[in-house]
Amino acid sequence: MSEHVVTPVRTYVFTFLLLVVLTIVTYLVALQDFGVMNTPIALAVAFLKATAVVIYFMGLRYNTPLTKLVAVAGFFWLIILFGITISDYVTRSWIGVPGR
Amino acid sequence: MAHSQAASIGAHSATSHGAGGDEHAQNPNLQHHFYSMAQQLEASTLGMWVFLVTEIMFFGGMFMAYILYRHLYPAAWQLGSHHLNVSLGATNTIVLICSSLTMALAVRSAQVSSRKGQIWFLILTIVFGSAFLVVKYFEYAEKFEHHLVPGPTFNMPTEEYPNGIIAPDQEANHQQLFFSLYFMLTGVHAAHMVVGIVLMLVILAMAIRGRFSASYYTPVEISGLYWHFVDIVWIFLFPLLYLLGAHLGAHGG
Repeated sequence: MSEHVVTPVRTYVFTFLLLVVLTIVTYLVALQDFGVMNTPIALAVAFLKATAVVIYFMGLRYNTPLTKLVAVAGFFWLIILFGITISDYVTRSWIGVPGR
Repeated sequence: MAHSQAASIGAHSATSHGAGGDEHAQNPNLQHHFYSMAQQLEASTLGMWVFLVTEIMFFGGMFMAYILYRHLYPAAWQLGSHHLNVSLGATNTIVLICSSLTMALAVRSAQVSSRKGQIWFLILTIVFGSAFLVVKYFEYAEKFEHHLVPGPTFNMPTEEYPNGIIAPDQEANHQQLFFSLYFMLTGVHAAHMVVGIVLMLVILAMAIRGRFSASYYTPVEISGLYWHFVDIVWIFLFPLLYLLGAHLGAHGG
């Protein structure tokens, strides 16, 4: 029952500082040339930041299992969208069909 | 937009219905079809998350277009990203993180029945949200000045590509595609910010009238969920749009 849980201010401030530090880190990393690794590193930091927002700012950890399931399902469906579409475009050139 | 309506309906869904003589209804904010305030908050939170899932898929479609065309035209994407103003983008990232902190603290103020805290943190949230839009305005103005808006006047400087190849003519179309997606993604995100600010003004007016306390704060809570979601969208837009070409060297924008 989330109404009985009040997160301490300290937790919010710590989350905020974490997000600011990660933003500075991702900016500094982006200035370097890591070749193909630039985007994976930037996305990893973005996922970390988004997770911190969901768990602490949005307080998902205090929600019921059903709400948690719905939240995770949203991102899961996104992966299905990306996965199937990318698998289509990436494999089109594998066989010589017209109109690819 | 349909989702903006859904968000404001969500914010108002828990307005008082009257106790209706129900034996469980000690709190005037408890609607008759809920057993307890905790169950009512749970239902509203779940409903808001279902709405946010539709939002994830809504933005997901545009992110899909971004991924696909970036896969097809990687060079145009890098060079296009290189023309975005990284420092303004980074500033807006920090501004949004600040607004998320004040939003979380506004919800917390409601949970501990601090009316003053709610009012000040909501005002700060609105100020940060507006600051984001002001920075966005200057960014857009810069893009118009530099002819980087897709259309007949689009004219991106033909510089050398990162790998030393001169940009071929047809690349201009690919670059327009990048800027089309840039304006679409950031534009729809900015529209969500405007909706969020209007939502916060409504919540602020309710907070000033003392509508929220530890026993009832559902509208603040679920409006906060919306606000944090819009922040999360920007957390992904910033590296994908601005940081992609940042390592190509200093550029005025």
